[in-house]
Amino acid sequence: MAEQFVGKASEFKDGERQIIRIGEDEIGVFRHQGEFYAYSNFCLHQGGPACEGLTIARVIEPLREDKTSMGLHFSETDMNFVCPWHGYEYDMKTGAHIADPRVKLRKYDIVRKGDEVYVVA
Amino acid sequence: MDLIADRGRRVTVEELNTSKLLAHAAKQVKDRKFDDVLIVDTDAHHYENENFAEILPFMENEVFKQLALSSRAKAGRGNVAPSGFGYQDMGGRVTRYPLRASEKTDPGRQRDAQLGDRWMNAMGVDYSCLFPTGMLNIGLHPQKEMEFELCWAYARWVTEKALPDCNGRMYTMLCLPFSDPEGSLRMVETFGDRKGVGGFMITSVREKMQVSDNAYMKVYRAIEERGLAIAFHSGPNWGSNTFQSCNRFLSAHALGFSWFNILHCTNWVVNGMGERFPKLPVLWIEAGLAWIPFLMQRLDHEYMLRPSECPVLKKKPSDYMRDMYYSSQPMEIQDMEALETTFRMINAETQLLYASDYPHWDFDLPSTIYDLPFLSDRARHNILGGTAHKIFKLPPRNDAQKANLIKYGNYVGG
Repeated sequence: MAEQFVGKASEFKDGERQIIRIGEDEIGVFRHQGEFYAYSNFCLHQGGPACEGLTIARVIEPLREDKTSMGLHFSETDMNFVCPWHGYEYDMKTGAHIADPRVKLRKYDIVRKGDEVYVVA
Repeated sequence: MDLIADRGRRVTVEELNTSKLLAHAAKQVKDRKFDDVLIVDTDAHHYENENFAEILPFMENEVFKQLALSSRAKAGRGNVAPSGFGYQDMGGRVTRYPLRASEKTDPGRQRDAQLGDRWMNAMGVDYSCLFPTGMLNIGLHPQKEMEFELCWAYARWVTEKALPDCNGRMYTMLCLPFSDPEGSLRMVETFGDRKGVGGFMITSVREKMQVSDNAYMKVYRAIEERGLAIAFHSGPNWGSNTFQSCNRFLSAHALGFSWFNILHCTNWVVNGMGERFPKLPVLWIEAGLAWIPFLMQRLDHEYMLRPSECPVLKKKPSDYMRDMYYSSQPMEIQDMEALETTFRMINAETQLLYASDYPHWDFDLPSTIYDLPFLSDRARHNILGGTAHKIFKLPPRNDAQKANLIKYGNYVGG
């Protein structure tokens, strides 16, 4: 396992992403709420660029105690990233598909050395 | 470019370049040596409304042409063609929708032809059957005259302007104005022999259509006599009475595509159209595959109880259904054993045709077929292009493709 330089944390704005290419492998690195997350850029559906699409808050539908719906809302806490080919939607913190957590992108470790950010691949 | 996400938050994504977006598909082409396999995409699309400025002048009737052109004038508020409800782009999650206009093409060639080259090359597709998008709703137009005029104008434009710019890699099955049987026949007689016309298509998104009406027999005969194929292309209609009780796009979409093909396939089979036109290749497009085993079982069951209602039939409904062809997309892949059973029930090795549906949101790559664990090499090659080669007489594009067509018994020349 080698450490691949991603960039300087001070230049990596929150909400941004970078795609790191190592040979034929591709890793998407996100910065979300100060934390870094790195996943395979190959969607588990048909191989699309899973990390290159929209990031968007999870849509939730809270139910009241009487089981009536409170309608559709954006989550205040959970963020997803979406494969732009077909809309496969993954959880930012785990890389798991939001409809089936067994469908999970390979996650890579992130190492910070001072201001420098590395992905372990 | 920026896309709008939650609560107006803007997310920066790269400008759309189809070749770049589909770079991972190109890797699949290389890894699987798709260049050696003739791949025919039997259902691809463009957005013909982006070309209405060129299409509408081909309308014949001056009154309807004036109405159509006037409605598109600046600040005009008319709708030329029926449009449906929906959120194909999933709120921008499928980025090629909101970014589509940003993709750069050269001014000297039809934009759709250039975009077609990009995605066909990326996917390893050799030929694509080009269908419109919005006009799949043409069957919902209240005026049969306007339905004819739009189908006629589109047929002229696509055969005279678009296909000639596609270097022979796109063909089409022209949309028939099915509310007008005489007009449909005229379309077949006028365009049936034109280059790039592989057959004719009926949009099955119609609430009131009896495909076995005597008025259509001359249309089917004319298509069959020319050695062409007929296709029923499905779609959703969220606005219909049936689907207005669906409160999610997903529901109306999942049911709608299957429903309209189920409806018209039932009428086709039960009325013995397979007996009447045994040499006419019939394709059922874009409804997925799961509906076919369902319908086979339902119709066979009822046929055994009520054969007196179907005296034209000489075999079970499912036997007629196995004589017809089905496009693969959107292929339901959630239960591999169920899919394998479906392939067995429809004789997929000879009756299934690969389709991408690109650029629509639920497109399928050729690898969705190629990677299926239960397929023989023969079935792979047949489904991806060998069977379509036989139906549409599309020549192989290199010696390796020709050798494979010969190897699997599909080669018919070219």
